[in-house]
Amino acid sequence: MWSFVLKRLLHMIPLLLGVSLLTFLLMSLAPGNYFTSLQQNPQISPETIKQLEAQFHLDKPWYVQYVFWLKNILSGNFGYSMAYKIPATSLIFQRLWNTFLLSFFALIIAWGVAIPLGIWAAVRKDSWVDRACSLIAFVGLSVPDILLALLALWFAAATGWFPVGGAESSLYDFMTPAQQFWDRVHHLILPAFVLAASDLAGIMRQMRSNLLDTLRAEYVTAARARGLGEGWVVWKHALRNAINPLLTIFGYSLAALLSGAFIVENIMAWPGLGRLTMEAYVAKDSYLVVDCVVMATALLVIGNFIADLLLAWNDPRIRLK
Amino acid sequence: METTAPISIADAKMPLSPWQLFWQRLKRRKIAMAGGAILIFLYTVALFAGFIAPYRYDNLDADYSFHPPVWPRLQGFHLVVPRYEPGNGAYVYRLVPNDTKPLHFFIRGDPYKLFSFIPTDIHLFGTGDKDYPVFLFGADQLGRDVFSRLLYGSQISLSIGLIGIFISFTFGMIVGGISGYFSGGTDTVIMRLCELIMSIPALYLIISLRNAFPADMSSTQIYAMIIVILSFIGWASMARVIRGMALSLREQQFILAARALGQSHLKIIVRHILPNTFSYVIVAATLSVPYYILGEVVLSYLGVGIQEPNASWGIMLTAVQNTTYLQNYPWLFAPGVAIFVTVLAFNFLGDGLRDAADTKAQ
Repeated sequence: MWSFVLKRLLHMIPLLLGVSLLTFLLMSLAPGNYFTSLQQNPQISPETIKQLEAQFHLDKPWYVQYVFWLKNILSGNFGYSMAYKIPATSLIFQRLWNTFLLSFFALIIAWGVAIPLGIWAAVRKDSWVDRACSLIAFVGLSVPDILLALLALWFAAATGWFPVGGAESSLYDFMTPAQQFWDRVHHLILPAFVLAASDLAGIMRQMRSNLLDTLRAEYVTAARARGLGEGWVVWKHALRNAINPLLTIFGYSLAALLSGAFIVENIMAWPGLGRLTMEAYVAKDSYLVVDCVVMATALLVIGNFIADLLLAWNDPRIRLK
Repeated sequence: METTAPISIADAKMPLSPWQLFWQRLKRRKIAMAGGAILIFLYTVALFAGFIAPYRYDNLDADYSFHPPVWPRLQGFHLVVPRYEPGNGAYVYRLVPNDTKPLHFFIRGDPYKLFSFIPTDIHLFGTGDKDYPVFLFGADQLGRDVFSRLLYGSQISLSIGLIGIFISFTFGMIVGGISGYFSGGTDTVIMRLCELIMSIPALYLIISLRNAFPADMSSTQIYAMIIVILSFIGWASMARVIRGMALSLREQQFILAARALGQSHLKIIVRHILPNTFSYVIVAATLSVPYYILGEVVLSYLGVGIQEPNASWGIMLTAVQNTTYLQNYPWLFAPGVAIFVTVLAFNFLGDGLRDAADTKAQ
């Protein structure tokens, strides 16, 4: 088991290096940098701009920039955000935390609803429950995140039950800790549900078909023949095997989840990594864009790693490979 | 002398080709056929957008900002269009009773180019009078006809999906075929590259790719750029699956036969390996088109794709960013409905194709 964990961990390093190299290369292809727009400003002399560019290594070829950047990253320093005028490290980790929070709650909602519904639909195959679930799944798979997020905003504005975008109220700093907590939760609910919705449909469909497949297996028939109760058969014999393919999907769905979070954050003004990426892109703060892309990839790679661990824990056959 | 019963020619049926069998199975799936019909309708409308749309996509009139939808109604034997006049307050319109104008067909209006090369100004319908606008789906904040913009937008949004799929899947198939057929070092390099691309969350990669292009480009350049970006991301997953198929096909006897006959590697890949993956590719392509359409929508919505005054479904949705607009002028959500219908139709068709292609389940 430990060699498996180590192997997977070592696999991440070249991947993250490759991703950062690729984004750096793409960034270097972009015409101009953050200071190009300052050239129009008559109050800033060309010498100052040259000096600033030299300070941020923007006057050097991209691979030299990359080496400087990599050195900084390895010592835990994400550099300085030119657009925000603050160290990028705290900015990125604060946004990363927000994205993590959003994605994590969306996952809990999606899996917490989809698994029981999928089991219910499979056990009561062809009943009205099953039909309703498959209809919801089909519609859910066809409503894109962007539309759902816009409708959720409209819903929030029309009913006034939820705040229209943002992560905290304007009076957040004047609240007691308990109030602050509820304020955060209140802001989190709607974006998390929007993000969960598209995932939910897919997981539910998969859970249903997996469980139906396992319920047809011979060892399930054998268990029934031994006179075990139906609940025991489903719970103890079928379910654990049916969950197995879902854990693989868990890894795949993380990529879609992070892309979905990108959309939801930008539409619902949730201050996460995706929104920061867009803000940095608009401000031409290229280093920050690279940082964001690498951090998002790291989040995804770690998520996939956890999915692999879950899979290995649930299915001993995987560990032997 | 007794003659044996003549062999009835009519009874001897020709065996159906695999494609005919596929078509027969598909025909039985009503939902898939409905999805296909909706798509044919949408793409036909997009093709004739300039003719069907009563106005040009950039025809604006500030007097008609947020004008409510106007539907022609039957009066006697003629279709007539009612008139609205400004009411009390901003963007409030009031129906003027008994003031109508007949709706004409094949009427002259804004000039446009049919199929983008035949210059003409004939439109399917219209009133020919600026005071009697036909806004089937209302007007947006600049007083532009939402219906017309929806049609012009469908040209961009729908074509990006098809062209993007075509490019990325062709590339993915060839690269995947090469990777699986040759295996070894080539395979390792290509597969690591695919993993690299697939390990970046798609939208983050889209923005870093967008970053590599200049911010100000002509509308044609932006259109091409969106296709390039979406194809760049899409080919990797295709290549991986095709590579897996090529790996197993490579060991089949007919490939061995082709090699024994001295065919070139390229010919074996293109003529023998790739055709065996077609049924998978067609299903995967149909189910992937929505992602390409949504890619354009998201890019344009975020302001880094198609730019005003051009119409695309994504750029039209930016009007709804303002929640008060959506509350008061719900017709602005029309592009959202169009996106939903298109995605649903592609999913219906794709699901049906998958079931029809799956011969083992029969």
